[in-house]
Order: sequence, then C-alpha cells, then structure tokens
Amino acid sequence: MSKATGSLLEIRSLCIEFPSRHGVATAVSNVSFSVEKGEIVGLVGESGAGKSTIGNAVIDLLSPPGRVASGDVLLEGENIANLHGEAIRRIRGRRIGFIFQDPMTSLNPLLTIETQLVETILATLGGTREEALNKSLELMKSVGIPEPELRLKQYPHQFSGGMRQRVVIAIALAGDPELIIADEPTTALDVSIQDQILELIRTLCRERQVGCILVTHDMGVIANVTDRVAVMYKGNLVEMGSTQQILERPQHEYTRSLISAVPRTDVKLKRFPRVEYIEQVQSRSIDVKNHWLGQQDESFAAEHKAENGILLKVDDVNLRFQTQSAFLEKNRRYVKASDHVSFEVREGETFGLVGESGSGKSTIARIIAGLYQPDSGSINYAGTDLTRLSDKQRIPFRRQIQMVFQNPYSSLNPRMSVHDIIAEPIRFHSLARPGRETDGIVADLLDHVGLGAASGVKFPHEFSGGQRQRISIARALATRPRFLICDEPTSALDVSVQAQILNLLKDLQDELGLTMMFISHDLPVIRQMCDRVGVMRYGKLVEVNETETLYASPQHEYTRELLSLMPHLDNLSREGLETEPEREVALA
Amino acid sequence: MNEAVVPARPETRWQRIRQSNIYYYFLRDKVAMVSAVILLLMVAGALLAPVLAPQNPYDMAQLDIMNSELPPAWSEEGDSQFLLGTDDQGRDLLSTILYGTRISLTIGLFAVILQAFLGIVVGLTAGYFGGRIDGFLMRLADIQLSFSTMMVAIIVLAVFQAAFGMELYSRMAMLMLILVIGIAEWPQYARTIRASVLAEKQKEYVEATRVMGFGPGRIMFRHILPNCLSPILVISTVQIANAIISEAALSFLGLGMPPSQPSLGALISSGFEYIFSGTWWITVIPGIVLVVLVLVMNLLGDWLRDVMNPKLYKG
Repeated sequence: MSKATGSLLEIRSLCIEFPSRHGVATAVSNVSFSVEKGEIVGLVGESGAGKSTIGNAVIDLLSPPGRVASGDVLLEGENIANLHGEAIRRIRGRRIGFIFQDPMTSLNPLLTIETQLVETILATLGGTREEALNKSLELMKSVGIPEPELRLKQYPHQFSGGMRQRVVIAIALAGDPELIIADEPTTALDVSIQDQILELIRTLCRERQVGCILVTHDMGVIANVTDRVAVMYKGNLVEMGSTQQILERPQHEYTRSLISAVPRTDVKLKRFPRVEYIEQVQSRSIDVKNHWLGQQDESFAAEHKAENGILLKVDDVNLRFQTQSAFLEKNRRYVKASDHVSFEVREGETFGLVGESGSGKSTIARIIAGLYQPDSGSINYAGTDLTRLSDKQRIPFRRQIQMVFQNPYSSLNPRMSVHDIIAEPIRFHSLARPGRETDGIVADLLDHVGLGAASGVKFPHEFSGGQRQRISIARALATRPRFLICDEPTSALDVSVQAQILNLLKDLQDELGLTMMFISHDLPVIRQMCDRVGVMRYGKLVEVNETETLYASPQHEYTRELLSLMPHLDNLSREGLETEPEREVALA
Repeated sequence: MNEAVVPARPETRWQRIRQSNIYYYFLRDKVAMVSAVILLLMVAGALLAPVLAPQNPYDMAQLDIMNSELPPAWSEEGDSQFLLGTDDQGRDLLSTILYGTRISLTIGLFAVILQAFLGIVVGLTAGYFGGRIDGFLMRLADIQLSFSTMMVAIIVLAVFQAAFGMELYSRMAMLMLILVIGIAEWPQYARTIRASVLAEKQKEYVEATRVMGFGPGRIMFRHILPNCLSPILVISTVQIANAIISEAALSFLGLGMPPSQPSLGALISSGFEYIFSGTWWITVIPGIVLVVLVLVMNLLGDWLRDVMNPKLYKG
C-alpha cells in the first residue's frame, strides 16, 4: 500500500450512474472532497441530491443497477473505487464503519447484542472469543451504555431507540475503523435523544482520531457537530467550506436558498424568502374575491356565525383507546389519547398544537374532523355541538372543516386522476354544476395552489412530495371550508419544499380568511406559522398561550424542556429576510 | 435522483401500454410470453371451434359409429380425415377437444366471475366495517372452507341428479357446475380482498374521504375497491385454472357434463374405459390439453403476481 501524504479519504471527481430502461440517470456527477483524521464532514442536501449514494458508493453498497462510472475513492492513498466482493469486504468494518438510519431495523432481532458484537469483532479483528468479549464490553462502555455486562446479554427489543443507535455505533466501531460513514444517524430519533447521539459521535471521532462523513438533510445537525460541510444539489457538490462559513456566509445561490428556508427560532418571518430555486411553481393567477372559491354559502354562514370571534370550541374532550382487550372490564387496558382537553380557536387565526409523538395532538385533530367520536366532551363549531349530530346532519359541517394530511404519499388515491381527486368533493356536495363549471373550478384550484391547470390529467405518482401536498391542499379547499386542519403537513418534506408549502398556506389564509389549526412536532415551524400555541403531552393540554409569549416565557416545565431542545441556529445568514417587526421578540 | 430521462407523455392507448411496466417485464420473460401465446391459441381455438372443427360433435347426423375408436392420423391404421383419431362414438377427437375446451373455459370463467362477485362484496364489507360484521362474515368463510370443494360439489350434484333425473340434469349441467364451483370457492376472494381492504383503510386518502362526509358505499366501491384490484387479478388466473380442474374432476366422476356434450374432463373419463384395450388417445390427448391449459394459466398467474408486486419497481 502506497501511503501518500494527505487525507484519510479523498474522493476525486466521482460520478455515479443508474442505468435504467429509460436511459442512464446520473445520481452523482463529478464530486470531489476529502476527509481528514478526526474530522466530521457533513454531507447535506435534499432528497435526491445524491448524498447517501456517495456514502454507499465508498463501500460498494450501491443498490443495483447503480455503478461508479468514473472517479477515484482514495482511502489513505489506496484506490478503493472499483473494488468488489472479497476485496471490499476486507475494508468494510475493518477500515470503514457504517451507521445506518433506522436503529429499529438495523439490528438483528433474533440475536443478543453480545452475539452481534462478538461476531463483528471476530470477523474484522480475529483473535479469540475471550478477547472479543472483553473488547465488546469496552465498546459498550465507550458508547455510554450503563450496566454493559447485563445489557450485552439482552436482545434488541429490550433497548430504546437511542440505546439501539448506541449499539449500532458500537458495532460500527468494532473493527477499529479509520473512517465512519453515518447515514442520517439521528433522523429516526426524538429530539432529546438526537442531541446525545450526535455528541457521542463527536466525542468518539475526537478521541479515536476517526474521520466521519455525516450524511444528513438537517441543518440543525450540521450546525451542532460538523467541522466542514459539503452541500449537494441534484448530484453536484455546489459548495464546500467550514461549517461556520456555510451557515453564516453561504456563497452559492442554492445554499443561500436552503438556509433561508430553515425555519428560524429567533425571529418570526412573514414569508420564507427566495425558495423558488428548488421546485418550479406555476404562477397563480385567479382573483379569489370574485371567484367561486372566495364565495361562501351565504345562508349557512349567516346561520352559523362565530360567537365573540370564537369559531371552534373544544370543551373537556376525552377519548381513550383500548390497548389490551379482555372479556371483563377490569382486565382491559386503555391509553388516554385525549384527557380533558379544552381550548378555543378564534376566527381567522392559526392555532398550533405541538408535542412529541404519541402526545395526542393528531387525535384531537381527528376528533374535530369527525374521524373519531370522543367518549365525552363537546366540539362546538360556531355554536353547534358537532358530537351530537347524526351522520346526515353533520354533512354540511364536514364541508366547513377540512384536513390536510401528513403523508403526501398515502393521502391521495393512487388510482384517480388529480382532476377526479379534486372534483370528487365538489360532486358529492353538489357545490357546482357538473361538467364545464366543475372542470373550470378544478382547473382554477390547481392553478391557485401553484400546479398549473394542465396537471389535472396526471396521476398522483407523477408528482413529487411537495406537489402532492399541493394537490392535497387543493382537495381540502374544494369544499370551500372555513376551518382547515393541517396535521404535520410538511414533516415528510424537505426544508425548502416545506418553506414553499408554508408560504402557500399563509397566502391562502390571507386570501380566503381561513381559520387554521396547525399540528406539528417541530417548534420552529410552529413559531413561524401560529398566532397561538397549545402544548400537549400524554393526551393532556399543558399550556396554551400567544406564540411569542410562549416562546419568550414558557410557564410549564415541559414547555421549557421542549424549547431547550430546539436546535439553536442563531447565526444563520439573515440575508433577504422579511420579518414581522412589531412582533419580533428575542428568545429567552 | 433519476431526473435524467423522462419519457414524453404517451399519446394513444397503445403507446401507453407499450410504455407500461407490465409490457416491459412481459417482453423480458420468455416463460410468460410462451404461456401467453399458448393460452391465446387455445382460447382462439375454443372460440372459433364452429369454424375450425372439421365436424360438429353435437350433431348426431354427422357421426358414423363405423368410425369409432380410430387412432390418430399419424399411426398406421389412422385415417387422414381424423387428425387426432376418434372416440368410442365415432366423433372426431380434434373437434370434440375444441368444443370441450370451449365448455371448460366457459365454466371456469363464469364460476370465477361468480366467486369474485360474492367474494368482493363479502370481503369489502367485512374489511371496511370490521368488528362483529367482520367476525361473522369471516367465520362463515372459514366454515365454507372447512368443507372441501369437491365434497360439497359431489353431494349437491348427486342429490340434484337423483332428485330431478338425468334428463333435466343434462340440460342444466353447465349452470349447475358454474353455481356449485362458484359458491364453493368464494372465501378465497373474500379473504384476499379483506386483507387488502384492511391495508388500504389505514391510508390517509380513505380518511380524507371520510372527512369530506362520503358514505360507506361510495368509499368502498369508488375509492377502496380500485386499489385492491391487483391481487384480484392475480388470484383470478389461478382460480380459473382451479375451476377448470374442479370441473374436469367432477366430469370424470360422472357428475359433470353429460357424454353428449363432453368437456375435457368428461372426454378423459369416457376414454378411460378403453385405455387398457390400447385406445389410449381418447384419454391421453384431452389430458395433455387440460394439463397444458392449466399449466399456462398458473404460469401466467405466477408471473403476474411477481410483476404486480410493487417492490419490484423500487430497485
């Protein structure tokens, strides 16, 4: 092995291609960068940018038919770009360790942690079982697992998500590698655990002088741990520099756009600036005031007016789900998804609900939308208790309350054309004459959400996640609702697409005077979108307040804890930001 | 990642088919292609039997008992007039096989349509409403499945024959076979549909329709059912093959089609008495036709199942 002086890993003009029946798709073109010992290099970009592909290509884990078309990958001067089979197997684990995204599936559920660790150590380092056992104990200690002797004998299901990721890291370190590739190591974890895992990776890299490529889409992760950052855009490396420089003084147009799209924690913006770089959006052209969309059903609106400016009142709502069924009542177990929840939503405002997974925020949304019937309590919409209505009586109210769902990939019927998806509610509620009038309205709606009227003939699978979410919004608007529930509408999307969708929602709210309920686990997003916020935990609403007051001086202990875990990106470039000056309050 | 080449939007229906994944995989699978060609030939032969067959085996006037049990044309005693020889009543075996395939395919197809109709309604209802309705309908399906198809069919057909006599039975045979096979096998469909309805029901597009206020009928048939069609298509090919086999088995036992209108199974059965006297062709040739027919259907079904598996596209 010729040891050239220089970097631990050097990637030189790497090109990766995916040949398919429609021609050759280039996933990565002409990417060069290097990683030094003990350094963490962040590889950031949005889905489809090719960042994971680079990580996989280094250790020949490209899923077929992908192949390295040209370029070199030098590991301490030795070219490993075109090694396959046995040759690359000697490098995997021994010299390059890999940390996968989802700790729930990357461990074998049928083997104990000890078996998995010892097997890895024997395969990479050799030696006796005794040595391997000692080594695995030591590894478990170094990744911060308490009581390692006991934990070694356990199976993966006995570990929490964060603990499993620690085990995955221990396995990655088992062969004493010189380089670690971590592919979105914290994406599947809760915020609080995310922080600890990143800290662990950082310390281990420093102590052991191991280089690390950290693949991620999350600017918060980048800001926290990396030394240098490479920004990928559509298979190209557009910018590389020290983390501080990239975050504070981005040079490339795309990087600037990406950073401006990150929901900020320090100021509330009116709109996200300059996000048009990412996905082409058709211009929106209809005049809503004089359009079908802007007109309400007068008689219904007159009958059901908001009382004292309060459109929706949730009063002492309880709902429990059975977790263990049994014949006798005393043996049944329940989980309280909604525990004495009460709040009000004022007409025209955006009310936010925030909480971690399982806190019951989606349950409340589904109760309001009429998907679940609460065990007790009432939902008052403009003075009418919805929970007491029969299915038939409720239909006109269902039109008033619509919902945008979380997952853009499952919320649209894959067998229906986009036109039919949007026309379906109009037809059902007979809101317009069938034929030309309905067709015109659907075309205008598509135009208005930025997709262009021509996309009606296509099917959902022909669109990207962000575009699908636009279709979903158009469908929700097709009944001309006054109240729109958004259940994590952007959590499956990239940041820049998220910014576009949030802009669209803000615009629609202004134009149509919608009242919105916005549900998210993402505090910065909530801050950007909502006028008032409720914090939920274990089915209980622990605190409700004006957004700015809540962020400035949280009252409840849990709110304080949540806020402290929020990634702080205070030094982000502020170029081109449009703030809401009268509301700008510094974060405590 | 794969932005490189996006094909232009197909214009006509034919172009759309040519660009579809199924067509693409079809061209790359020799087994599927050969199976499809054989199946098409057999179906065409059955459909065009009145045109293709040298003789109408149902017309007694065309038969001559002197021609009975002639071996195929290629053997020494064969008659060039009868390519595959004749059966015990002097019918041209080729003609009889063409007409018999027609009967077998008709019974298979209609029995499966009946199965599918019952199964889809039951499975959709059970899966969508869940709870007690689901429990009741699925236990019903379990009970139905615990009787073997053949047992039910034999009892029903035997009772019918005994009660109404052979003459009425001969006239009603085809209808009876379709009903018996159709009713005996619906749980297969019900189970498959129910499983996919349970998966689809979880998806947010179904919740969206409920938020809109749509009724259960509209949600079930207009929104959920179209998304459950691929498994139906896959089991249908296998079920047609199964129904044809069931029919053949029943006919072989003398409970199927009458000798005057033989299906493939009845033909095999009628030749079986003579097999030890050297007249093998009456049994063996229809037997080969039956095996090939069922085999190509199963092969196509297997292939369809692989292609319809969405995991295949992700690679």
